[in-house]
Amino acid sequence: MRRYATATGRSLLLGLLALADLLLAMVTLLGIVLSFTLGMIFLFTPAVRVIRWRTTLARRLSGRWLGREVGPSYLPPPPPVRPQPDGWYRYDRQLYKTPRWPEWNNRWKWMCSDPATWRDGLWLLLNPLMGVVLLLPAVAAGYGAAAAWRWHPAALPAGLAVTAAAVAAAPRLLRFYGWWHELLLGPTAKSLLASRIHTLDQARLETADSQASELRRIERDLHDGAQARLVAIGMTLGAVEALVDSDPAAAKALLAKARDASSTALTELRDLVRGIHPPVLAERGLGDAVRALALDSPLKAEVTVDLKTRPEAPVESAAYFSVSELLTNAARHGGADRVWIDVSGRGKSLRITVTDDGSGGADPERGSGLRGIERRLAAFDGVLAVSSPRGGPTTATIDLPHALVWEEERDPRPRMPRWKWLIVGLGYGLGWLPLFAQGVVAAVMKAVAPENKSWFYTLYLPESAQWPMIAFNVVLGVGMYAAAVLIPIQHSRERWMAEATPRRLWLDR
Amino acid sequence: MRPRAVIAEDLYLLREGLVHLLQAHGFEVVAAVESGPELLKALTAERPDVAVVDVRLPPTFTDEGLQAALAARQAVPGLPILVLSQHVEQLYARELLADGSGGIGYLLKDRVFNADQFVDAVRRVAAGGTAMDPEVIAKLLASTARHGPLAALTPREREVLELMAEGRSNAAISQRLFLSESAVGKHTANIFAKLGLGPSDDDNRRVLAVLTYLNAARS
Repeated sequence: MRRYATATGRSLLLGLLALADLLLAMVTLLGIVLSFTLGMIFLFTPAVRVIRWRTTLARRLSGRWLGREVGPSYLPPPPPVRPQPDGWYRYDRQLYKTPRWPEWNNRWKWMCSDPATWRDGLWLLLNPLMGVVLLLPAVAAGYGAAAAWRWHPAALPAGLAVTAAAVAAAPRLLRFYGWWHELLLGPTAKSLLASRIHTLDQARLETADSQASELRRIERDLHDGAQARLVAIGMTLGAVEALVDSDPAAAKALLAKARDASSTALTELRDLVRGIHPPVLAERGLGDAVRALALDSPLKAEVTVDLKTRPEAPVESAAYFSVSELLTNAARHGGADRVWIDVSGRGKSLRITVTDDGSGGADPERGSGLRGIERRLAAFDGVLAVSSPRGGPTTATIDLPHALVWEEERDPRPRMPRWKWLIVGLGYGLGWLPLFAQGVVAAVMKAVAPENKSWFYTLYLPESAQWPMIAFNVVLGVGMYAAAVLIPIQHSRERWMAEATPRRLWLDR
Repeated sequence: MRPRAVIAEDLYLLREGLVHLLQAHGFEVVAAVESGPELLKALTAERPDVAVVDVRLPPTFTDEGLQAALAARQAVPGLPILVLSQHVEQLYARELLADGSGGIGYLLKDRVFNADQFVDAVRRVAAGGTAMDPEVIAKLLASTARHGPLAALTPREREVLELMAEGRSNAAISQRLFLSESAVGKHTANIFAKLGLGPSDDDNRRVLAVLTYLNAARS
C-alpha cells in the first residue's frame, strides 16, 4: 500500500518537474538554435551547461527514486591549456596571449562533439511529454476520487476503480520512466570507451611506476647487501692468501669469517628472492604458495583452494603478494587470531577472500597497504573490496576477472534441444515453399493470369477460398522463417541480444 | 660396510662437491644424477642407505626433486632422504614428515658449508633419524609462539626444544649447549610435561611428537 502511495507521489513530483522542463527546454533550445543560425556561439556553452545541470539532477533522482542507477555519460573534459615555451597559447594555427580563447575553443569542441550532449538535449525536449504521462496516475486518482465523492452514487464504484487502477499503475510507470532515463541518459559507447582508456592509462602509469621503484629497491638491496658482502669475502680471501704461510692460525680464523659472510649473503639473497618471486610460488603455484603463507603467518589460518588451472605468472604473483599483505595487515593492525582464506576460480575469474576475526575498521582510503594492493591488482583489471565494520570481522575480497585465461570456457546456457533444431531446419529448409512458391508467386499468377493454374494448388480450390489460402500460405512461410530466426536468439539471449539490441545502436552510443 | 648414497643436484660444481664430501667421510656414492626422472629411477633401483636431493631439478625446475623423493618413499617406505634447498618452507617440511616413518632431512643448502655438521645430519638421516633445518624450526616456533603452552617454556627449555625438533639426540644437545647430559634430560622431561606429551627416549619418535605437536598447536 505504502509502495503505491510513494510511487504515486513520486510520479506526481517528477511529472511537475518534467512540465517545468518545458520552460528550460525552450530557453536552451533557443540558445542553441541562435548559436548555430545567427552565429551567437557564446550562447552554446551556457545552454549546454544548463542542460547538463538538469540531466545530472535527473540521473541522481533516477538512482534514488526510480531504482535505476544511471552513470554520467560525458567524455572527459579537455585538459587545461598550457603555454608554449615562448609564453603564447596556441590553438590550431592561432596564437593567443591569454589561455581564455583556446580554453573556450576546447570546451566548445568537447561539448559539440560529445554525442551525450545531443542525447541530453533530446531527453530535455521530450521530457515534458513524459511529464504529462507521469501526471496521469495522480490526475486520474484525483479525478476518480472527486467523482466518487461528489456526484452520482453510481459513479462511486467507477470512480474508486479508476483511482485504484491509476494508483496500481504508478510503480510500472515509474519503471518505464527509469528505462527511459537509461535509454537517453545512460553512458554512451564513446564515453565508456573513454573512461576505460582513462582507467587503463592510470593503471599503466601506476604499474610502470611501481615496477620502477621495485627495481630500485632490488638494486639497493643487492648493492648494500650481497654485493658488499662478496667484496668483503674477496678481501678476506686475499688476506688469507697473504697469511696462510706465515700465520696459519690467523688465516683459519679469517676463513671462518669469510664463510660466515657468505652465509649471511645467501640469507640476504634468499630474502630478496622471496620478495621478488617467492620460490614456493614458482614451484607449486598459487594454492600451495598461499598455504605456505598461512603456515608462516602467526595467525591460525584456514585455507581452502579450488583452482583447476594455474593463472599466468604475473597475475599469480600479484595475487600472492596481495594475500601476503592482507595477512600482514590482519596480524599487525586488525588484532586478529584466526583468519580464513579462500581461493577459488570460477570461469575465467579468480576470487580470493581473506576473512579475519580482528577488530575491523580497516579503510582502503587511509591504509597505504590496501592502496598498494589496489595498485598491484589494477594492472590486471583486478579489484579489492574491503568490508570492515568497527568491531570486525574484516573481509577482503580480491577479484581478478581475467586471471584464468586457460580455463576452458564453459557454456552456461543449456544446449538447444533437438526438436528446436528440427523446427529451425524445417523453417529454413521449407519456408520458401509456402511463402514464395505457393504464396507470393501464386498471388501474382492469380492476379496476372487467372486461367493458368499450373502447379499452384491454391488455384484449384473454390474461388472463395483462394485468396484466404494464399494469405495463409504467406503467413505460414513468414512464420516458419521467423521461428527459424527467433528460436536460437531466444535460446541464447545473452550472446545475441547483447550485441544486436537497438539500445546499442541507438543514437551513436 | 660403507653406507651407500645417491646424490641428485643439477649444478655440476655442487654435485661434485657433495660427492667428494661424502666420499671423504666414508660414504659410497652409487649414483649422482641431475634430473627428477633419473633420481626416481636411481632411488628405486639402488635403494641407497641415504639420498641427498635438491628440491629444484630439471626438467621443470619446480619441485621435481621433492616429488621424486616423495614418490620413492611411497614405493620404498622409510627410504632415508635428505632434501636440500635454497629456501625452506614449512609446507614442504610437513609433506616430508607426513608419513611419520622418519629417515627425513630437510636442510638449507648453506648447511653444506659446515662439513662436519652436514655429514652428521646425513648420518642421522641414514640411521632413520630426522634432520630439520633450524630455520624451519624457527619459523614453526615463531608462528606457534603466540598460542598455547609454548609461552610457558623457559628460554633454556625453548633452546632445547629447538634442537630437539631439529632431530638432535640428548648427547648432541648437551654438547651444543654446554650442559651435562642429565641436565638436558631434565629439560626434555620438563618440556614434555609442559606440552602434555608422553615421554620418549627414542630420538626419532621424539622429534615427530614435537613436530606433530607444533603443527597441531596452530591449526
